[in-house]
Amino acid sequence: MDERKPPSLEDLDARLRAARDRVDPRAAGRKAGDGEPMSGFGFAFRVGIELVAALAVGVGIGWLLDIWLGTKPWFLVVFFFLGAAAGILNVWRAVSGIGLGPGYRPVAEKDDDEMSGGR
Amino acid sequence: MASPLEQFEIHTLAPIDVGGINASFTNSSLFMAVAVVAVTAFLVLGMRKAALVPGRWQSMAEILYDFVTGMIRDNAGHDAKRFFPFVFTLFMFILFANLIGLIPGAFAVTSHIIVTFALAAVVFLGVTLVALFKHGFKFFTYFLPPDTPLYMAPLLVPIEIISYLARPVTLSLRLFANMMAGHTMLHVFAGFVILLGLFGVAPLAVIVALYVLELLVALLQAYVFAILTCLYLHDALHLH
Repeated sequence: MDERKPPSLEDLDARLRAARDRVDPRAAGRKAGDGEPMSGFGFAFRVGIELVAALAVGVGIGWLLDIWLGTKPWFLVVFFFLGAAAGILNVWRAVSGIGLGPGYRPVAEKDDDEMSGGR
Repeated sequence: MASPLEQFEIHTLAPIDVGGINASFTNSSLFMAVAVVAVTAFLVLGMRKAALVPGRWQSMAEILYDFVTGMIRDNAGHDAKRFFPFVFTLFMFILFANLIGLIPGAFAVTSHIIVTFALAAVVFLGVTLVALFKHGFKFFTYFLPPDTPLYMAPLLVPIEIISYLARPVTLSLRLFANMMAGHTMLHVFAGFVILLGLFGVAPLAVIVALYVLELLVALLQAYVFAILTCLYLHDALHLH
């Protein structure tokens, strides 16, 4: 490695730029999506976690509201179903590739402000 | 035989008590400190020479830097560049904690949900604050999808809020579950090796394969954590 003559700066710069240009277009074509290279198992794992987590959060909120307001089972029951709905919503978002978080994202007209696209 | 879950036990190394709160230095703290020192040493020593044509070590440091830069640019947009230090720190810490945890006898910090949840909570709070500062009150329209009939709001808003609050939970749960499942599995198979005596060669082969898989999981989970942070940042910066 050391006996090689160090390349000139201009040469190096040109080569670096060429390499960058080769790499950059990837941003356009790549399905930036959720970024996880998915195996079937990995995806199932993620969907499962998504479902359970929202349900747990819903039940937690309901439970705390019940303790706070002294309305024993009612908020728990209501938020159980809301949590289940949120979980299913999250799963639906995950599988349809709309994104991971809440908020509706009009698939087509969104993302014109940046290059990543297709998310 | 030792339980496969014994490896996750916390031992106090140096008891510290701050105003009645147990803030002891434990084996978990030790390995977190080891991870921080390792990351710092890796980057600082790697970039010590900062040669124009990088050597192997410097290349590794630069590749990681480039990788995270690209990840932020592709997933969070250009205006998220200023969050680079945060995402890079997060990524490197989780990556090193995962990898150090795989060294036999070491403690896997990220196999404790309280650790991953603390990380996820920081991300969640940070992202929410960024969105609040950037968009102010408009942030709350996030929870009511556009073009929704108003009579649906009482149903949809709680669902959206739960869905939003589930973020730190899924983020932490995914990392924790992957690490914990992997380490438990390795231990269970290691137990088989001893039980089967001479035939223990078979589970030993499985362990080798599993170990490679765990290396992959360690890398992948650090990547996933960082990329989800980027996506959340993207959401915070560009509300729909």
